[in-house]
Amino acid sequence: MFDASAFMQGRSGTGAAGAVQAQPVTEPNITARDVSVFYGQKRALHSVSLNIPGKAVTAFIGPSGCGKSTFLRCFNRMNDTIEGARVEGAITIEGSDIYDPNLDVVELRARVGMVFQKPNPFPKSIYENVAYGPRIHGLTRSRADMDGIVEGSLRRAGLWEEVKDRLSESGTGLSGGQQQRLCIARAIAVGPDVILMDEPCSALDPIATAKIEELMDELRRNFTIVIVTHSMQQAARVSQRTAFFHLGNLVEEGPTEQIFTTPSDRRTQDYITGRFG
Amino acid sequence: MSVATSDLPETRSSSAEKVRGSLARRHAAERRFKAIGMLAVILGLSFVAILFATVLRKGVPAFWQTTVTLPVHFDPAVVKVPPMPAPQAGQSPAAYQEELTAWRTMLAGANWGRLIENALLAELPPEAASRRRDVQRLVTSSERFRLRDMVERDPGIIGQTVTVTLLADANVDIWMKGNVDRSLSDAQLALNPEQRRYVDILNERGLIQQSFAKALFLNVDSRSSPASAGLAGAFVGSLFMMLIVIVLSVPIGVAAAIYLEEFAPKNRLTDLIEININNLAAVPSIVFGLLGAAVFINWIGLPLSAPLVGGLVLTLMTLPTIIITTRATLRAIPPSIRSAAVGLGASRVQTVAHHVLPLALPGILTGTIIGVAQALGETAPLLLIGMSAFVASVPATPLDQSTALPVQIYLWQGNELRNFFEGRTSAAIIVLLSLMIALNALAIFLRRRFERRW
Repeated sequence: MFDASAFMQGRSGTGAAGAVQAQPVTEPNITARDVSVFYGQKRALHSVSLNIPGKAVTAFIGPSGCGKSTFLRCFNRMNDTIEGARVEGAITIEGSDIYDPNLDVVELRARVGMVFQKPNPFPKSIYENVAYGPRIHGLTRSRADMDGIVEGSLRRAGLWEEVKDRLSESGTGLSGGQQQRLCIARAIAVGPDVILMDEPCSALDPIATAKIEELMDELRRNFTIVIVTHSMQQAARVSQRTAFFHLGNLVEEGPTEQIFTTPSDRRTQDYITGRFG
Repeated sequence: MSVATSDLPETRSSSAEKVRGSLARRHAAERRFKAIGMLAVILGLSFVAILFATVLRKGVPAFWQTTVTLPVHFDPAVVKVPPMPAPQAGQSPAAYQEELTAWRTMLAGANWGRLIENALLAELPPEAASRRRDVQRLVTSSERFRLRDMVERDPGIIGQTVTVTLLADANVDIWMKGNVDRSLSDAQLALNPEQRRYVDILNERGLIQQSFAKALFLNVDSRSSPASAGLAGAFVGSLFMMLIVIVLSVPIGVAAAIYLEEFAPKNRLTDLIEININNLAAVPSIVFGLLGAAVFINWIGLPLSAPLVGGLVLTLMTLPTIIITTRATLRAIPPSIRSAAVGLGASRVQTVAHHVLPLALPGILTGTIIGVAQALGETAPLLLIGMSAFVASVPATPLDQSTALPVQIYLWQGNELRNFFEGRTSAAIIVLLSLMIALNALAIFLRRRFERRW
């Protein structure tokens, strides 16, 4: 069996420096050590260890059912909501253990936002969609501040110009791509450090996809982004680092360029050349 | 692919033939299925049509009732009541009240029936004077009290002649409406030949009309004076019960459904609870009546025949319906909405209160209204807690004795004055069905109004 953790620990430092040329190298923002996930008796993830650098886009790729989404959902403990799911190992975000029993999961989710596969705006107004997170976390009491947060978030999500005149209309009336950007605005309104994206473009057309990808490139200046994607082209376009998962194992991880040009594992090579997947 | 098909031309044409052959069969099956479906729908609709036609044919005429309009002379020689006492200077309010009560007692004792007799006799041939009893029975007995009430309200009318519309006796109503075979022998008819002749005379003089049956809505049930029997008591009783059902079953049912669906762990215990809730929905309603009699009346000691007890029993019956429909509605809310809220850091309670519940509201409302409508029509459990008693007053509180609309229908259906109460029964059914239809229409309206798309 290929030892994924040893492989990736050995090169994570040098790899990051090589791939993220323009980006200043930051300390690993998220570290996962021997993370395993069980759904009842079934083991969905086998001792995965991985460092995810801050202020960069890290892509998880791999065939369906390889555990990449499961791994992603460990970072904001969304697996807690699944009956019978159990997570082993340790994950720290900026040094703090997120599976610490004393940690409030609500606080964690305020720091780690999530964008889902299918755009899922609340069936409320556009304004309310963005204001909901800040409101439940009590980020502001004044109406003016809230207006500022909503506008700022929508601007950062590149949606402000399109919706500024119809903030009171329902978020579900927007197009698919706009809805997904609204979901991104909703996530960043809370002011997270990390944004998790679970196949955010799989339900969108190519033009909407391109907009989201541009947006990710913009957002990585301020956020640590982890994206799960089925599209290898997308991973190649948007990410600085790529991790390849197969059958619940982390097979290979490194700078995106290297994974796509000179993968060291046979399975990675087979996958990215379309031999399976 | 192309190689394979050109290799097998025979297979291709034969398979096309087979498809064509099976096509006819499939179309026939489709037509058959459609025809059976249509038949089922037509059968169901025709039964509904028959039901409505019967009820309307019998019930609508009962909304009009035979009345006699007569000039009634409030003869002081018959009434013999001193003028109403006025408060005197220096008299205490209590003493005045006492005096007033004494006057009212005197009023009650006056011979009001004689006034009606005299008014009728004035319109009838002189020989009728020897048959006062027969004449008196042409007008329903409760009308005497109406005359008394008129005097009590305005003592000044004593000595005057006032035109009053009086409810005819139930048997006169039957006779006028032709609800009895006129060719029957005298022994089989409720009205004797003289009474029939008097009715015809009054009718010829244009004194008899069909008036809207206000009594049906304003009066309580009556045994001594069937023509004035009404639904008011039963209606208020049903209203109290519905209020109790709504106030108790909606919060309890919705809270239970939310807990079971959104918070409870899925284990053997919750499975058991779920099975038992489904079983409860299937328990015959009369069993709930027994339970109510045992627990609420025997053990807790609540009064018999009270809408409170009826409401509690119907609440028990409605709860499973509300829990089951609410759970189904909650299950239909897309999980993506929950993920979105949880992903933003909303707690479970916040997720439910802010997102799931507002979306589930139309479904919950619909389930509730359908459950309440079902409770409104329930009869069997009410019989067991004494709500089938004859109650001749409108309940003022849920602890007073009362009947309910469906029970009133049951009681009237069994009344021995068939020819009259058949119409009353159908009229009461129309009232009950109208309420049901109104409730169901409200359910549909609310669902349309609040339904949100996503």
